[in-house]
Amino acid sequence: MLLSVLSGFILAASLPLIGKYLKEKWAILFSLLPLSLFIYFLSFQPDISDDKNLLFSYNWVPSIGVDFNFHLDGLSLLFTLLITGIGSLVFIYTAAYLKGHPYLDRFYGYLAMFMSSMLGLVLSDNIITLFIFWELTSISSFFLIGFNNDSEASRKSSLLALGVTGFGGLFLLAGMVVLGYVGGSYSILELMNATDLIQSHPLFVSILVLVFIGAFTKSAQFPFHFWLPGAMKAPTPVSTYLHSATMVKAGIYLLARFTPVLGAHEYWNSTLIIVGCITMVYAGIHAIFRLDLKGILAYSTISALGILVFLIGLGTDDALLAAAVFILVHALYKATLFLVTGIIDHETGTRDVSKLSGLNKVMLPVGIAAGLAALSNAGIPPSFGFVGKDLIYEATLHIGDWAYLLTGAAVITNICLLFAGFLAGFKPFLGKLPVTYENVHLPSPLLYVPPLILASLGILFGILPLLVDDSLIKPVVAAMLNTSSDFFHLQLWHGWSTVLLLSSITIGGGVGLYFILNPSEGLLTKATRFEPISPLSITGKITGLFHGISQGYTSVIQNGYLRYYVITILVFLSFLLGYKIFQGIDLYLNVATLSEITIYEVIVLGIMAVSIVYTVFTKSRLVAVASMGVIGYCICLVFLFYSAPDLAMTQFSIDTLTVILFVLVLYNLPKYLKLSDTGSRVRDGLLALIFGGLISLLTLEVLNEPLEREISAYYAETAYKLAKGKNVVNVILVDFRGSDTMVEIIVLAIAAIGVFSLLKLRLKSIEKE
Amino acid sequence: MELLLVVIIGLLYAAGIYMMLRRSLLKLIIGLILLGNGANMLIFLLGRIVKGKPPIIDASESILSGIYADPVPQALILTAIVISFGLQSFAIILIKRAYKVVKTDDLDEMNATDEDL
Repeated sequence: MLLSVLSGFILAASLPLIGKYLKEKWAILFSLLPLSLFIYFLSFQPDISDDKNLLFSYNWVPSIGVDFNFHLDGLSLLFTLLITGIGSLVFIYTAAYLKGHPYLDRFYGYLAMFMSSMLGLVLSDNIITLFIFWELTSISSFFLIGFNNDSEASRKSSLLALGVTGFGGLFLLAGMVVLGYVGGSYSILELMNATDLIQSHPLFVSILVLVFIGAFTKSAQFPFHFWLPGAMKAPTPVSTYLHSATMVKAGIYLLARFTPVLGAHEYWNSTLIIVGCITMVYAGIHAIFRLDLKGILAYSTISALGILVFLIGLGTDDALLAAAVFILVHALYKATLFLVTGIIDHETGTRDVSKLSGLNKVMLPVGIAAGLAALSNAGIPPSFGFVGKDLIYEATLHIGDWAYLLTGAAVITNICLLFAGFLAGFKPFLGKLPVTYENVHLPSPLLYVPPLILASLGILFGILPLLVDDSLIKPVVAAMLNTSSDFFHLQLWHGWSTVLLLSSITIGGGVGLYFILNPSEGLLTKATRFEPISPLSITGKITGLFHGISQGYTSVIQNGYLRYYVITILVFLSFLLGYKIFQGIDLYLNVATLSEITIYEVIVLGIMAVSIVYTVFTKSRLVAVASMGVIGYCICLVFLFYSAPDLAMTQFSIDTLTVILFVLVLYNLPKYLKLSDTGSRVRDGLLALIFGGLISLLTLEVLNEPLEREISAYYAETAYKLAKGKNVVNVILVDFRGSDTMVEIIVLAIAAIGVFSLLKLRLKSIEKE
Repeated sequence: MELLLVVIIGLLYAAGIYMMLRRSLLKLIIGLILLGNGANMLIFLLGRIVKGKPPIIDASESILSGIYADPVPQALILTAIVISFGLQSFAIILIKRAYKVVKTDDLDEMNATDEDL
């Protein structure tokens, strides 16, 4: 099990080695991985329908309770089959769709990574592991959306998608940690037994909010839906796989998975109903006005996700059953429509519905697939969509108080979805074939067989719901309710009822709308008029604002001029020091402790002061270097006066060397020019004097404090006894702190190598000029 | 005497910082050297100054006794002097080299990357 979950990562990691051999002709072999996983997971199906819970445990970080515990129940099984099944078809499709693409192997690597992360996400029982896989899907989605990395729009969209889903992911992590803390366990199975404890805890509301934000960002719920249409910049296989069939359903999965833990609570239900309702109606209406096929499908996907959230929010048995069926229905038809869109785009070079028509004449199999998918999408009997739609109405009608309003919203949404499905599934294929597309020919079977398979399944399950109800759907509902029950059988025909009436209204309304409303630029313009108040542009403005602020801030603080950095540091330091010196400390001077002043010292210090002034104000390089040397020698004398002969010797030799070095390269050095204006010189001068003054004051104050001499005393006592040296300073350097000195020598050696190589280095073209 | 040293240290710091704020690379390095000297003097002074009693053990004794100059700051400063020499010599050669290539000593004009050269 662990191997099957991680196999995608293994494949992705091995691609740098084997990828280049496979990508030319054998790209189709990549699809063996999802295919074998599909068969592997399918083999668990008998166990699942016998109500067995399969748990596979592997230790990872047991010390903090984070483990690979893979739990396979009905809900996970449905998702694993979707992930690997649609994954197989997408892998096959990609082999033809991106044939000859230079980075095809990379693409497969990302896809495989994504597949593994998604499998891990739906199988994890440990909520921290779940979160990690959740983030991995966001990251692989980022790479896939930005796959065409030379297009700016792609890069922007991928960043936006990562930003929104990553933002939600942080909330999810917080939610999971709080949930684990409140419930006392990181295992979902154990949390299910602590439902009462969790729901009565004061932190319950915060858990809900955090989990909701995570789920809503991932599943593109209003107001976080805006990243999904942008994500359609990705190559079509990605849109099919991630942004309609699997990844966006991760949020739905999360909600479904936590229904037995957090569900059946007033806040849970009302929030999900409201958010789902707004999303499905809002996105449904949006879908009508799009011209780009992928745009239509993106908005209808958001709308469908809204329906799912809404159904989970209703929370009744009927509603959860409807949700389980609709997940499958939607995955089947939406993936088909996306794949078909990809073929159209691939063959004709456009995705504009207003320009496409009559393609049936040149690519009939594709048209059949699209038509079947549109039928299922519309919920026209005998498709599987019809079964799904009936269940949705069944659920909304029996909800009680709000039944009429909610049913109305569902009807409106379904009409919009039907219209969108017809636009994508029928419009491009019926009617007259434009002259420009007469040369379009049927693509390779690798492209049109996958959508055909998916679309046929959508019809097959409708005619024979037996195939899936006991085996797939029932365990899903059982997992969401945390009980096993056998209260239903999926049926195509329910008899004459209100539900059937509603279905007819939906179909009639949608078909009517299809004939009345012709997609055109005009409609799109009308819809874009509301753009400035859409969540996308509001988010854009907010990020723009952040950008502006940080840019302004950066250009002020991080301006790239060394002296302004130095000034900033000094001003800040001066303020702090100045404040402390004048506020917190009594200034006094204990003259008695000071040593006497002798004339020769005064002379030395006087020479030093003059040299400093000379160094600063002279116009000649030579004078500056010479007076710097004088300063050094004066310091050397000071060391000598005050019992530091080693220091004096070192200072003398180093100072001499520095001056010699300066003089040696002096003729190669620039003139000693005044570059800055008087204003800045005065400013710098004042700052320098203030800082120097502060240092002097500080030094005086420190001199008043008593000195701790423990370390010196230790060296004084042990220098000879332990190290047999009479010069204590030398003993410290070469014995007690010997390794420091060795490192210092290494530093000097590196500097010497640097100097040598800089002297010997020949810059080619630049220097010859 | 400490008073005068304190003034000189302040002066070294002020001069060093003033030079570091100049636009000329050469002045920047001179500023760095002055600042380093100031810091060495500061450490030296804060270890308290003692006349005529270097931290050297008499031939007849085995420990340092009585009043003696503190060996710890001296060891620190010795290290600092030597390291700063490494820094200075490298910096001097570097600006010489940089000046040869870009023909300017003005830090504000040294803001191009290799491609612009």
